[in-house]
Amino acid sequence: MRPDSKAKIAFELNGEPVEVAFAPHKTLLEVLREDLALTGTKHGCELGECGTCTVLLDGAPVLSCLVLGLACERRRVKTVEGLAQGSRLHPLQEAFAALGAAQCGYCTPAFLLTADALLADNPSPNRDDIKQALSGNLCRCTGYIKIYEAVELAAARLRGEKAEPARESLYGRR
Amino acid sequence: MADGKRRKVGRSEGGSTTPGGPSNRPLVQPSHDFRVVGKALRKVDATAKVLGVTKFADDLSLPRMLYCKLLRSPHPHARIVRIDAARALTLPGVKAVLTGKDLPIPFGILPVSQDEHALALDKARFVGDPVAGVAAVSEEVATAALDLIAVEYEPLRPIRDHLDAVEHPEPRIHDYGDHGNLHKLINLEFGDVEAGFAEAELVREDLLFFEGNTHLPMEQHAAVAEWSPDGKLTLWSSTQTPHYVHRALAKVLELPPARVRVIATTNGGAFGGKSDPFSHEIVVAKLAMLTGRPVKITLTREEVFYCHRGRHPTLMWVKTGVKKDGAITAMHFKSLLDGGGYGSYGVASTYYTGALQTVTHHVPRYKFQGARAFTNKPPCGPKRGHGTPQPRFALEVHFDKIAEQLGIDPADFRLKHLVPPHSLTANWLRIGSMGLAECIRKVVAGSGWKERYRKLPYGQGVGLACSSYITGAGLPIYWNAMPHSGVQLKCDRGGGVTVFCGSTEIGQGSDSVLAIIVAEVLGLDPFDIAVVAADTDLTPVDLGSYSSRVTLMTGNAAIQAAERARDLIARHAAPKLEAPVERITFVGGRVFDAASPERGISFAEAVQLAEAAAGTVGTVGSYTPAAGAGKYRGAGVGPSPAYSYSACVALVDVDPATGIVRVPKIWIAHDVGRSINAAAVMGQIEGSIYMGLGEALMEEMAYRGNRNVVHKIPSLLEYKSPTTLEMCDVITYVVEDPDPNGPFGAKECGQGPLLPVPPAVANAVYDAVGVRIDEVPITPEKVFKALRRKEKGEEPRFGPLGFPDLPWPEPTRVAPPWEGGDGRAGEGGRGREKAVGVTAGRRR
Amino acid sequence: MLRLPSFKYLQPKTLKEALAMKADAGPDGMYVAGGTDLYPNMKRRHQEPRTVISLMAIPELKRLEGWNVGTCVTLTELSNLPTFQHSYPAVAHAAALVSTPLLRNMGTLGGNLCLDTRCNYYDQTYEWRKAIDFCMKKDGHICWVAPSSPRCWAVSSSDVAPVAVAIGAEFLLVGPQGERVIPAGRFYHNDGINYLTKQPDEILVEVRLPAPDGWDAVYHKLRRRGSFDFPVLGVAAWVRREGGRVTDARIVLGGVASWPQEIPEAAAALRDGELGDDAIAAAAAAAYRPAKPLDNTDFDLSWRKQMTRVYVKAALEELRQRRG
Repeated sequence: MRPDSKAKIAFELNGEPVEVAFAPHKTLLEVLREDLALTGTKHGCELGECGTCTVLLDGAPVLSCLVLGLACERRRVKTVEGLAQGSRLHPLQEAFAALGAAQCGYCTPAFLLTADALLADNPSPNRDDIKQALSGNLCRCTGYIKIYEAVELAAARLRGEKAEPARESLYGRR
Repeated sequence: MADGKRRKVGRSEGGSTTPGGPSNRPLVQPSHDFRVVGKALRKVDATAKVLGVTKFADDLSLPRMLYCKLLRSPHPHARIVRIDAARALTLPGVKAVLTGKDLPIPFGILPVSQDEHALALDKARFVGDPVAGVAAVSEEVATAALDLIAVEYEPLRPIRDHLDAVEHPEPRIHDYGDHGNLHKLINLEFGDVEAGFAEAELVREDLLFFEGNTHLPMEQHAAVAEWSPDGKLTLWSSTQTPHYVHRALAKVLELPPARVRVIATTNGGAFGGKSDPFSHEIVVAKLAMLTGRPVKITLTREEVFYCHRGRHPTLMWVKTGVKKDGAITAMHFKSLLDGGGYGSYGVASTYYTGALQTVTHHVPRYKFQGARAFTNKPPCGPKRGHGTPQPRFALEVHFDKIAEQLGIDPADFRLKHLVPPHSLTANWLRIGSMGLAECIRKVVAGSGWKERYRKLPYGQGVGLACSSYITGAGLPIYWNAMPHSGVQLKCDRGGGVTVFCGSTEIGQGSDSVLAIIVAEVLGLDPFDIAVVAADTDLTPVDLGSYSSRVTLMTGNAAIQAAERARDLIARHAAPKLEAPVERITFVGGRVFDAASPERGISFAEAVQLAEAAAGTVGTVGSYTPAAGAGKYRGAGVGPSPAYSYSACVALVDVDPATGIVRVPKIWIAHDVGRSINAAAVMGQIEGSIYMGLGEALMEEMAYRGNRNVVHKIPSLLEYKSPTTLEMCDVITYVVEDPDPNGPFGAKECGQGPLLPVPPAVANAVYDAVGVRIDEVPITPEKVFKALRRKEKGEEPRFGPLGFPDLPWPEPTRVAPPWEGGDGRAGEGGRGREKAVGVTAGRRR
Repeated sequence: MLRLPSFKYLQPKTLKEALAMKADAGPDGMYVAGGTDLYPNMKRRHQEPRTVISLMAIPELKRLEGWNVGTCVTLTELSNLPTFQHSYPAVAHAAALVSTPLLRNMGTLGGNLCLDTRCNYYDQTYEWRKAIDFCMKKDGHICWVAPSSPRCWAVSSSDVAPVAVAIGAEFLLVGPQGERVIPAGRFYHNDGINYLTKQPDEILVEVRLPAPDGWDAVYHKLRRRGSFDFPVLGVAAWVRREGGRVTDARIVLGGVASWPQEIPEAAAALRDGELGDDAIAAAAAAAYRPAKPLDNTDFDLSWRKQMTRVYVKAALEELRQRRG
């Protein structure tokens, strides 16, 4: 095959089978955004230095800017578009929205997916676990604090607890 | 202080909404209990953001779209002898190539520094300065074409930094400016500072340096342009200032403004870095005009570093005289800014390094000398706090040293001699509400300051600092008498309300502020309000998301528009409800008689009554800040409708073996006047602390001295933005001291809380290990060197050693208010003219 | 958006197939594992292979047998393996300190051991490098770190490599000429360009760790931030002890030379004695003297040199503390 002619792969995207053709040197990031029109996956450097393009590959958060599209044949990819269940937000999305963990919203898809993988692995992470898990995702708006609180809130709700945001995290101390 | 009353909007001395109209006096007095304002609300755009469906500029794709790449100068300072793009045009897929001569009209954000060209015309002024633009069928082809453009340069001696610029007036980077490579020189004196120093019991001088740093929004700038054969241009761009981009496009492209539409897409972070009109926006517009096809550009991360417009590296000297009780008798402050290759906001930035020294502690006599140098680096401009974090760092470290010399606890020192609320400062800034004392008390109590300061074990320390920031610049960037912010409101017969405003959502929550304020006035749920923002075809002008102006200015404009709508609707609902119009109340989606709330109709029915009687229900609101009190040249920078206040305590751990500083916790108290959205206020404060922490400890724009003045580290890996593992815990105290000029009393909270962080950390490092780091960022190397100096018995300090002699102009002398002045420059000063500062557009 | 140049991508299922593909591709072919090193480099035009041969589908490279580890095991897997956390905490720890959790889910043991040397005159885009007239390591002639030097001074920035050298791991290489096993220390050259003794067509198949029998090792890493950053200094310290006495030791520094730099003088200072304050101080001083960081990474170079002493001392103190 000529390097520039399109290659076609089949994989599972957000729970559904897809086939897509693209130039073989394209990264998963480019394939998602440009060939599948799923622009929810963002990018901040394309060099693996910020975490903004995070997607889940076979359940693990990876940098889609450094994954070759061709390497995804028959694998399982989850993007931010696959988080909500129908018209119901995922508990992480719900918590991020409630706490203002998304400010500009640009890094948000990546944080949601990294957190999703964390909670699948560890339903009751403590603050340090969360910091470690999210340490490969940069956010310039929030100072991460509302993100931690949102992950904790979502984790509690996913465990079936009736959790609400702490008053202090929404209003500060007065 | 927080009396809970909403002061009348529009008639206070601090600003005006449009006069006239029946709703100038609210017919219905709002309840003091806010129903929406002040609650912690989900932002109106939050759901779209967590779903990933918000469209950022690079997410746009239009049929037949071309891709643009820019060729950038590899030389920091060079004359362009010749450009030959012929080969690039022969590459299959290349549709057009532009060079400087295709866009010869200069532009720039400030009228006084129209010194940029979309593509370098005759000279490149930094490594990364755009010199040619290509439109091609793909980014790959456009990139390949760049290599085929031949540019012949004649390299000139580069000017490396502000000190190099002082020493080398030649070769001049620009053919304008106050002196050689000094772009701007300012000399202002408010009262006789020498007399003030003579009265002092302690006079202290300090030298400090604040390294430059950049905004680093996670979203790289992007823009898409579309040209219609009927002569209309549309540009979508990740810009904070669509109105200024609109003006620049019309100017450079010589298009009637009415045929140019700029739509600011939601910004993926901005922090000031998307406030200038940029080369890439103009180039894609021109390429779209030439090719007849939509053209998109998305900058690489490296190119974002070249756009820069970030924090100016600033060398500062400060001298203050004090009485034994800490009362300041006089202050003299000098700053020298490394401006980079173009003007940008630099003249304003320079004034800002001297403007707000007077708004926290009473300074009876004040002198400011500021200078900005042109250098061959990416231009500096406005970053969160615009020109004020540097002097605030200097001042708060300086105060810490003075307090120590006087034997006064730094918290007590700061609590004494605060600027009184509702007063004028020496440089004629009009202070409104002033909650700094409360802020200091909160962080002192919360942090256990009294138990910790000078009492922690070696290696641990606490430091305190205060700050203040403007809530919107008092003057527009170009001189005009029109409103700074406009809002149109459309009430639908179905009960929906749409608010149209030019303000730009950059993550700060401006769309939500509009929805909340309109919802408050009309008794609706914010999610019943549709917000249409930042589209120059659809929305009235708002000057942009900068200088923390949006909540106050669009907020006031929105209140006016909403109150007019409420007035109109109430007048036509009153007969139906058989109640006097004064009693018509809007709450919970209902319109009713306050005396018998059960007598009511739905908001939609009320709108229908109004529409039937008076036609389509639409109102407008606008806001113009009051003129500043100062009337001297330079008085345009500093005045604001309201000043926010912050106090901060930082706890640090310093490892004496390495000099590594960690900050486990920060206590911050911020006087926000009134929270419009409590959750958003928390987010802004925490985010400010984060950015301040990065600046305090690790962020810097570093350049290679030995190789061509290239940016040393234009990447997200090597430009060090703190991760989750560096971010400290933050304890936030929200202080609400409503300002009469703010909407419902609100003041800013998105920039001010950044300011005290670097000095609080520096002061804490001193408390921990006894060395003064008079330079930001406070890196391990600097702490380590200072510790070694201390061991050797040398001065336990790391910081600058001198401030160069500069060719200052004669001072503009203005008597402070308490010396009977009228805010004008006195005899002998050069500021006799009535002009007010940089926005007057006068170019010498 | 920074993009990859076009190339042919191959996914062999066996080592033999991979070697054949490389033979076909010739010098324009390169192997890739996790891609976290090669792809950024390709986007910046450091390496421009026409054929990229992925090793990730070769089962032998993902094998874990006893103390032999396939090189395509990801860094996440390596750092999470309970057997490793127990028997080779220094290896697991070094792997866990590489970059970020996201990158470790992709990056492999072999990739980290073969990590391209780094230099902030080199790890830049094509356009940036053009502005400095390129450098010796790629497209240019001069090493800007040491302009009069005939060699390239790019820095070995692997976290796992110093540990592998210190503990005396062996590497199994397979090439067209067959297999060979070499000590980790002989896998590297002190040259920023030719930093591996591995031939381009050889595949690093397996890392053979020494049996965990009476030795202990630690790894300490210096960098600006707790994630993302490469080491500006890595200290791998290994000791074998009998009774209270150190019978053998190795100190290997990362981030200070173009290879993992073994400091025999430091090891000598520890041998045949207790791991006492004096011995530790002597070893730290011995490590400080030959460490010659250059101005091509984060941080000031003189401070980095000073930190050698501090970090070697801290590493040895941890070893002492861990005893028993």
